Amino acid sequence: MLLNQFLILGAVLFAIGVYGVLARRNGVMVLMSIELMLNAVNINLVAFGVQHGVVSGQVFAVFVIAVAAAEVGVGLAIVLLLYRNRRSINVEDFDLMRG
Amino acid sequence: MDVLLAFTRPSLDWHALAPELTLLAFGTLITIVDIIWDERSKQAMPTLAGMGLLATLVPILTLAVDGTERSMFGGAYVVDDFSLVLKALFLISGYVVVLMSVDYIRDGDYYENEYYTLMLTSLLGMVMMSSSRDLISVFVALELLSIPAYMLAAWRKGGPRSNEAGLKYYLMGVFASAVMLYGMSLVYGLAGATSFDAIAQELGSGPSNPVAVLGILFVLIGFAFKVSAVPFHTWAPDTYEGAPTPVTAFLAVASKTAGMVALIQLVFVAFLGREDVIQPFFWVISALTMTVGNLIALRQTNIVRLLAYSGIAQGGFMLVPFAVAADAPARAIEAVVIYLAIYAFMNLGAFTVVLAVARKTRSGEIDSYGGLFRYAPGLAVAMTVFLAALAGIPPAGGWFAKFGLFRALLDAGGGWAAGLAVVVAVNTVIAFAYYARVLTQMWFQPVADGDDRPIVVTGALGAALTVTLLATMAFGVLPGLVGHFGEVSVLSALGG
Repeated sequence: MLLNQFLILGAVLFAIGVYGVLARRNGVMVLMSIELMLNAVNINLVAFGVQHGVVSGQVFAVFVIAVAAAEVGVGLAIVLLLYRNRRSINVEDFDLMRG
Repeated sequence: MDVLLAFTRPSLDWHALAPELTLLAFGTLITIVDIIWDERSKQAMPTLAGMGLLATLVPILTLAVDGTERSMFGGAYVVDDFSLVLKALFLISGYVVVLMSVDYIRDGDYYENEYYTLMLTSLLGMVMMSSSRDLISVFVALELLSIPAYMLAAWRKGGPRSNEAGLKYYLMGVFASAVMLYGMSLVYGLAGATSFDAIAQELGSGPSNPVAVLGILFVLIGFAFKVSAVPFHTWAPDTYEGAPTPVTAFLAVASKTAGMVALIQLVFVAFLGREDVIQPFFWVISALTMTVGNLIALRQTNIVRLLAYSGIAQGGFMLVPFAVAADAPARAIEAVVIYLAIYAFMNLGAFTVVLAVARKTRSGEIDSYGGLFRYAPGLAVAMTVFLAALAGIPPAGGWFAKFGLFRALLDAGGGWAAGLAVVVAVNTVIAFAYYARVLTQMWFQPVADGDDRPIVVTGALGAALTVTLLATMAFGVLPGLVGHFGEVSVLSALGG
């Protein structure tokens, strides 16, 4: 079983995703990085599911895919809203309030 | 794959699902009414949403009277006393938030129908969360409650602050759920199953495994974002300030409660055997959250930001019992549930007063509360009760919540628990300083701008104030009331 290879692929994708979220300033690129993280999770889930010989991993992955689609829909709507009001999708420009 | 062939349709217990179905039906009904009658139906929307929430309490009561523990989908969805108590808490908080929203949303000319539909959807996610005992159902419930909340935070479409609040909440929320999911995938990989019972069996025994530690930490960090625990709290103050105030109250109370409920189930059912991970993690994070939240709250000049940071600090208090989860599990769950119930009412009450005052002053600055007692004595007294409750001064409810924390820590015993008790005590004193600042403004300072026209409290806001005030005082004077629910909820959560 090639479990290790799948897990390493998942870990690398996840790390790239985290880097993208933290380093990218373009709102759409941040959303795509989050997608990378979620797909790393899917690879893990399916690989583990096959290794254990149960379908629950694949079922979980299907749920993750469906929810990710809904999430990105809302995310793009929010980015679009910001673009309309501020003419920018650079996440660093939105600093009216400082935590 | 034999597993696929062996599939049989799971049996559905309609009675157990009745609360969720009622809530779903009312959410759909609001949408349909909106499509058919459009503008003319606007007035009826808050009534319809409120009725939906109250109607959902009926099946919860019948389930509570019935009293049997119901488990569906191979233990993924459990209806027991613990879940019923929390479902009722979510619905009542939701009802108070609807009362708070009525005038705010109507005056602001926001999209009323969609607002209430999304709020009911988010509450549906919370109601499901309290029954979820499986990684998949926890995940679905979490997203069902979060995704509508992202939209609610950005509700003022034209307002740049509200947009920004929505963006920050969304990015942090989605990032946190991705981290949590990665942790879940590792936990699933080790346990080979998604149900909490199976995870507890697989992870609970044996030597420490680095992958298990990583998985558990990632899952807990994901939820630490949700309950805005330090150092994962940075979204909270900005989102709270920018979002419409009723939505802020909703996020600060209902959404935080849902995150805590998920943590209770994960920590006390799935991860309890891994005390070497959970106890140090929660010790550090609760001490940090209380202290940082309180220290930053001291410097705030805006009442909503003050309540946001005070809410972060209160979240830190709620995380305290998790640090002794394995040593005194029953007491710890009881302490968290009691804290959640009392916190919901005192915090919603404080936000209601903020809303009522802002209708006149149009300001969120603490300075604008100067001389509130002269022109709005009722609101000033109510705010005093809520702030006293938040600070933990006896006649009002909050003291019993703090008492529960100390009881859990004392039951656990040992040096670490005693150390945390000291941190809690110090923080209670710090918190008193900034609540007292608002009190001094209201009672002893001159009226801001010399404008001492009285404040008109609308019917809905008055009702919200009455409910929260009665509950806060009742919990303070008759702590046995909430203590009973706390005790009831413990037994089943641990047994399950």
